[in-house]
Amino acid sequence: MKQRIQASSSSEVGILRGPSAWQRLWCNRGTRICIVAIMFYTLAALYGEGVYRYCKGALWKGAPVCLTWGVERLPPYNVLHMESRYVPPLTQVVWPQSTAPDGTIIPAQRHRYWLGSDNLGRDVLQRLVQGARIAFHVGIMTSLIAIPLGVLLGCLGGYFGGKVDSVVVWLCATVSAMPGLLFILAIALIAGKGLFGIYLGIGLTTWVSVCRNVRAEVIKHRDRAYVQAARVLGYSHGRILFRHILPNVMHIVLISFSIRFPASVATEVFISFLGIGVQGEPSWGIMINNARVRLWQGIWWELTFVSLAIFLLVLIFNRLADALRDVFDPALRNR
Amino acid sequence: MWRYVCKRLLEMIPTTLGVLVLSFVLFYVVGGSPAQIVLGQHASQQSIAAFDAANGYDLPLFMGNWADINALRRGVDGQNELAFPLVAGTYRLPGIRVVTLTELSSGMLRRVVGQEMVEVPKGWALSEARGMTAVYRKTRHFFDSQFVRYLNGLIRFDLGVSVETKQPVAEVLKQGILPTLSLSVPILFFGALFGVVFGVLCAASQGGLLDRTVLAVSTLLMSVNYVVWILLGQFLLGFRWPLFPIWGYESVYYLVLPVLIGVVSSLGADVRFYRAAILDEVYKPYVRTARAKGMSTIRILFVHVLRNSLIPIVTYISLSIPYLFTGSLLLESFFGIPGLGSVSINAINSADLSVVRAVVVFGALIYQVVNLMTDVAYGWLDPRVRFAK
Repeated sequence: MKQRIQASSSSEVGILRGPSAWQRLWCNRGTRICIVAIMFYTLAALYGEGVYRYCKGALWKGAPVCLTWGVERLPPYNVLHMESRYVPPLTQVVWPQSTAPDGTIIPAQRHRYWLGSDNLGRDVLQRLVQGARIAFHVGIMTSLIAIPLGVLLGCLGGYFGGKVDSVVVWLCATVSAMPGLLFILAIALIAGKGLFGIYLGIGLTTWVSVCRNVRAEVIKHRDRAYVQAARVLGYSHGRILFRHILPNVMHIVLISFSIRFPASVATEVFISFLGIGVQGEPSWGIMINNARVRLWQGIWWELTFVSLAIFLLVLIFNRLADALRDVFDPALRNR
Repeated sequence: MWRYVCKRLLEMIPTTLGVLVLSFVLFYVVGGSPAQIVLGQHASQQSIAAFDAANGYDLPLFMGNWADINALRRGVDGQNELAFPLVAGTYRLPGIRVVTLTELSSGMLRRVVGQEMVEVPKGWALSEARGMTAVYRKTRHFFDSQFVRYLNGLIRFDLGVSVETKQPVAEVLKQGILPTLSLSVPILFFGALFGVVFGVLCAASQGGLLDRTVLAVSTLLMSVNYVVWILLGQFLLGFRWPLFPIWGYESVYYLVLPVLIGVVSSLGADVRFYRAAILDEVYKPYVRTARAKGMSTIRILFVHVLRNSLIPIVTYISLSIPYLFTGSLLLESFFGIPGLGSVSINAINSADLSVVRAVVVFGALIYQVVNLMTDVAYGWLDPRVRFAK
């Protein structure tokens, strides 16, 4: 990789600009491992989404015929196998012949529990993958709520200053005064049990930090020469703000995404653990709640693997956030 | 100094108002009908309307002269009709008709429509309501609204009654505050102590083995989920090696394990923050001067650098003070400590909105007060803040 930096820096563009941020990220071995691991998690989540949609039978409920491929059925991660409860990891079992609710006979089949089975004989590995799916849903959906909201308000407040800024600062102060987790729980409770409540709860409370960071950065850019030039050219405020300034503060968005993602996953685990989150689907929090009862009887695998999955996901995102900050925002390197 | 405090007090007002409005909107406007929760799914329309009238839930949200009461039902012929007889009061029906009902000593009602005045028996149904789309009742005054009632209740510490335990919410809060503080104050204290010590050590040996080790370990600590910390702590230290009790609130000994878990789970993020805050200072010229004078490293770090990096540290600590009161939700409910955290968790599990609301609002108000105290502390710690414009 070192040679590549030198090679690129010896080209004309390279002399002017040095290695790009992506090159610097990729050249650090630790960061590279993180990126690969995130890709691995993403693939697992996508696979989980595929299984989920396949078993739903249609792309969404009531979808047109062209997007429907079958009847809805019980997904494999929710199928109970009472004869193979608490099977330790790596064990192969034979599921006896059984009859499905619609009368078809399911022949006996062998199944290897790579990560063991839980109290109802469900495969921990399959449920873990579904948990990754839900974690990604939460991480992405809450970001889709929080980041646009934070960026918009931060941009407006930072750019226009004055009364607009006062309103933005007031909003931030108000929302951040609410006691964090309890506020999220209250919103989730009021929005109703399920993933939507979690999206809303986390999304509507965590935009404040995005907003503050973007606002501070926009204030730095507001009086720069290029903005003044754009103003002299008679461009509208919207164009200056969103076409000229916003691209220059986008790194804040990237960094805050990498910080928010693990935080919202951890919060989702917490909320699902309390039973307010997703219903009937194996979220990581529900799995932990399910596994903790049997831990004391020596059924260690479910809890261990779920904890490990959460730990690794949060760890790689934390490392990535550090690396992104080092690359994009050297002033904050120590933090 | 006093001018500074007064200025900060004035600045506090809009935020406090915002907090009140936000919590009001969240719990009253979005939160759904409390009558349904209290009286159950099968309550009659009359009892719901009576409950709403008694608690002011049918009043306008912020201000207004007319309260929209839910007194109509669809009759057999498809036209709206009155669901129950109206009690004394002034009513407006869309159109211009205003009906005033007054209770007489004879047990009759006097009904006034425009110039016309008739005495009718109680329980008599208003015939004008047929075919109407709404019935409005006149409020006592223009600001007789739900929001004003809510503020009034807050000031008098009257927070309603818990649906679950039938106790007044204020009573529930009072009982919970002591156990919560006995858990959260040690966590804050030891967390700050260890965090600052490790942070200073890291900053002193920046780039060295100690620094890198502590930094790596804190990143690892940060990544372990809070839920996992609790389960792991209970399993290992309470069950596998039974050093500590895992349930109850009887003596100080019962608090050791939860405090330990609370400190360890936040230590990672704390150490990283303190290290960064101190690193911002150690390259300043005054540190070099002090070193050139031959001052010992310990003295430089703990006397000069620490004092100067106190502002970010105080800010960081003060941000966690409001949580002292709302409590650590999971720790309390896992260790059976009857504080506000476990109260809130129970309230959330049983959808007891009045308790959740009270804890949220008081958490937010305490946050305001702590914020003010932090700013005053800045002025006390740092003369530059005190005398700045």
